[in-house]
Amino acid sequence: MSAARPARGARYDCIVVGGGHNGLTCAAYLARAGRSVLVLEAADRVGGAAVTREFAPGFRVSACAHLLHLMPGKLIAELNLSAHGLKLAAAQLPTTALSADDAHLPLGPEGAAVLAAQSAHDAAAYPAYGARLARLAARLRPILGATPPRLGTAGWRDRAALLGLGLRLRALGRRDMRELLRIGPMCVQDLLDEHFESPLLKGALGFDAVLGTNYGPRSPGTVFTLLYRLAAAGEEGGGLAQPLGGLGALSEALAGAARAAGAQVRTGAVVKRILVRDDRAAGVVLASGEELAAGAVVSSADPKTTFLGLLGAEHLDAGFVRRIVHLRARGLAAKLHLALDAAPRFAGLDPAALRGRLLWAPSPEHIERAFNHAKYGEFSASPILEITVPTVSDPALAPAGAHVLSVVAQYAPFALAGGWAEGRRRFTELLIDTLTALAPGLRAQVRHAELLSPEDLEREFRITGGHWHHAELALDQFFMLRPVPGVAQYRAPVGGLYLCGAGCHPGGGVMGLAGRNAAREVVREAA
Amino acid sequence: MATTSEPHYRRPLLPTPFHARARALAQSDAFIPWAGYTTVDVFTTAEQEYFAIRNAASVYDLTPMVKYRIAGADALRFLNRLLTRDIGKLRPGRVAYGVWCNDAGHLIDDGTVFCLGAGEYRLCTAERQLDWLLDSAIGFDVAISEVTEEVAALALQGPTSYSVLRKAGVAGVERLKPFELGNFTVPAAGDAPLMVSRTGFTGDLGYELWMQPKDAAAVWDVLMEAGRTRGIRAIGSRALNIARIEAGFVLPNVDFIPSERTVFIGTERSPLELGLAWLVDFGKGHFTGRRALLEEQRRGSRRRLVGLDIEGTKPAHNALLYSDRALRRQAGSVTSAAWSPTTKRNLALAMVDAPHFSTGSTLWAEIYLNRELVWERRVVRARVVERPFFAPERRRVTPPAEF
Repeated sequence: MSAARPARGARYDCIVVGGGHNGLTCAAYLARAGRSVLVLEAADRVGGAAVTREFAPGFRVSACAHLLHLMPGKLIAELNLSAHGLKLAAAQLPTTALSADDAHLPLGPEGAAVLAAQSAHDAAAYPAYGARLARLAARLRPILGATPPRLGTAGWRDRAALLGLGLRLRALGRRDMRELLRIGPMCVQDLLDEHFESPLLKGALGFDAVLGTNYGPRSPGTVFTLLYRLAAAGEEGGGLAQPLGGLGALSEALAGAARAAGAQVRTGAVVKRILVRDDRAAGVVLASGEELAAGAVVSSADPKTTFLGLLGAEHLDAGFVRRIVHLRARGLAAKLHLALDAAPRFAGLDPAALRGRLLWAPSPEHIERAFNHAKYGEFSASPILEITVPTVSDPALAPAGAHVLSVVAQYAPFALAGGWAEGRRRFTELLIDTLTALAPGLRAQVRHAELLSPEDLEREFRITGGHWHHAELALDQFFMLRPVPGVAQYRAPVGGLYLCGAGCHPGGGVMGLAGRNAAREVVREAA
Repeated sequence: MATTSEPHYRRPLLPTPFHARARALAQSDAFIPWAGYTTVDVFTTAEQEYFAIRNAASVYDLTPMVKYRIAGADALRFLNRLLTRDIGKLRPGRVAYGVWCNDAGHLIDDGTVFCLGAGEYRLCTAERQLDWLLDSAIGFDVAISEVTEEVAALALQGPTSYSVLRKAGVAGVERLKPFELGNFTVPAAGDAPLMVSRTGFTGDLGYELWMQPKDAAAVWDVLMEAGRTRGIRAIGSRALNIARIEAGFVLPNVDFIPSERTVFIGTERSPLELGLAWLVDFGKGHFTGRRALLEEQRRGSRRRLVGLDIEGTKPAHNALLYSDRALRRQAGSVTSAAWSPTTKRNLALAMVDAPHFSTGSTLWAEIYLNRELVWERRVVRARVVERPFFAPERRRVTPPAEF
């Protein structure tokens, strides 16, 4: 170690690397447990990928995540986020499946009549399908807030956790448990084909199974990703919500909660390296050269950044490094932001639907074809889209009368053949064309467009591979296997180092449970 | 010899650059495969060859030993993270024996590290493991390449080995201390460059000679001519095995199974279990397996490889060991065994369960003997003794004595 000068100033119990929603959540819980906590965020504002920022003069947008639906109500209540400024611009947002022939289908009970008109069979099958998936998801939900057990240990906590897991699944009853074991590893298209005939319904239901993943609906394991999403969606009926002021307002509230509990939050502080002394994390070194000492370092950065970038392979075993290198973490989702002169006019769409989520995935086949391109390093010729118009519920995000369109577009491979420098413009044009086909006249309304490819997401949000889950969410990278076996309990092989980001169980999406679970483990270890 | 037009699968074992010479001397025609090469197990008889090692000079073809070139700005950091030993202490011109482990602290292989210069090393191993080396290189500025086929090698071992080198005209070898290496030439072989290291697998005075394959046959001829009056003899693996047991050295796939090859759980072995704790430096910083080995050290190893001196003269091949004469409680098993002609002792290396590994412990070996197809069982006393079993002073004396 080169001429390490003694750290000046205080030594913190915990330094949290990264002020995204998981880092802030973790910091808030650690501070509430009486720890002295310092959060170091590289960007000029907190939030990480849950951030609101300007993308065109006068237009602001939730730059990566754009909806709030996964963060448990319990967490929001525990941290008292409403007292720290969290207000919802809209809740219980509807989801509408857009159709090329304007026969748009609202999902859920509100769309029952429309669905019945399209397919009596599907209308009859939908409630039972939804109820069964909801039952299975409800059984999986407690897993998300639990620390995954270690296998092959004699520890009572691990055994109790495994036993609890078994009992929980057993409590599903014979039929549901068998169904869970049957469908979990399946591809979502097979499941949908078993139940439904409407391409539009199947496309919309399949969309959520592949959103933010490296999968098409015919990829094995996509029923699992769907169940995961359903399990993660809030217990109070899983409403989609939009924070007033965008997702950045949530992050500000989390930072407020952390500060109120005594944590310090520093922005513009780029962590360069995690300091190791005697095989224990001892603090961090900032890009400025400043050294900060801590009893524990908790990293919300993705596992590759944490282990290979900040810690360094020399402090780790070779087999572990190999597993981290092979962690699948390449994003396939791009984000499009459009500044519009006026509200977009989607042909045949009930204006009330515009406040919610619009899906463009007219059939599972359409999604699979879109995915085919990505397999070979191309972006989709006919992409699938999750469209929101946040300015409908939160007009302050844009100048008066103007609107913002915030779109998740798939598939856009991180390693685009030919590179994104050249591909960005072509994909932007393709997306605007696709949107204009659905909302005639939209192209003429566009005052400004910003596309964030996974490469841009990597750069702006410091996520290796630009994957918003930090690591692909898949059966082989879930629970006890997330991010890799050996560190699924948030503890790194180096003493005093912890993970609390989306790369750990239960994964990403603006959920906060990884941060909450990690804080519990940090406190437990020190106790 | 394989012709170039012949597909490799018709002759899957390669000849070494010494093959023609070895073939001419291999009276018993006993060739065995070793790491993709065909090599000699026995030239004449193992006993005759063994005595060349201990009483004269022996020449053993080492070419199949897997060799890696490791170079780059981080070569030392890489090696220190790979091996359990502190390579930072290894100066240019020196050789170190070492072992390396997987994350669980289980032994992958052993080998020798040659420090050829600043930031340049050669690693000689028993097993091919480029994949493990490359995985270990992630995050390090280091280039690793296998150079097995680019380097021909001979082990010249035995009390007259130094005299043979002198007679062969290799000037300056006398200054080499054990585990030192130097670069020389062989004038009688057209000034062929020869790297000589004072290393070996016999525990005796001896050298390992590293050369270009094109010079191999000429160097062989010069050595054989120089050693004609000093009892030189080509030896095979069987004779070497007796010598290495006397020297107390472990052999992969015999005394332990490389952990990347084990199938059954619990058959992996750690360096602490193999009695190689002296190669594990917990104070040098992190290396792969360190945390697992620290934990093993804290808990205490459950078994250890020990040297045994066994009653009688019958080698205890594969013998089971018991803590009681009635053979009710098994306490380990023999991994290598030999009658040692030099020490006149019946020796073995054995993996023994705790707590029987302290010197002086007595165990009982169950030996099966085949007397012209009449099988007999012997139960004999086996005492745990210090290794090496044989360590003549001449292995260390510098300059070595002339014969």
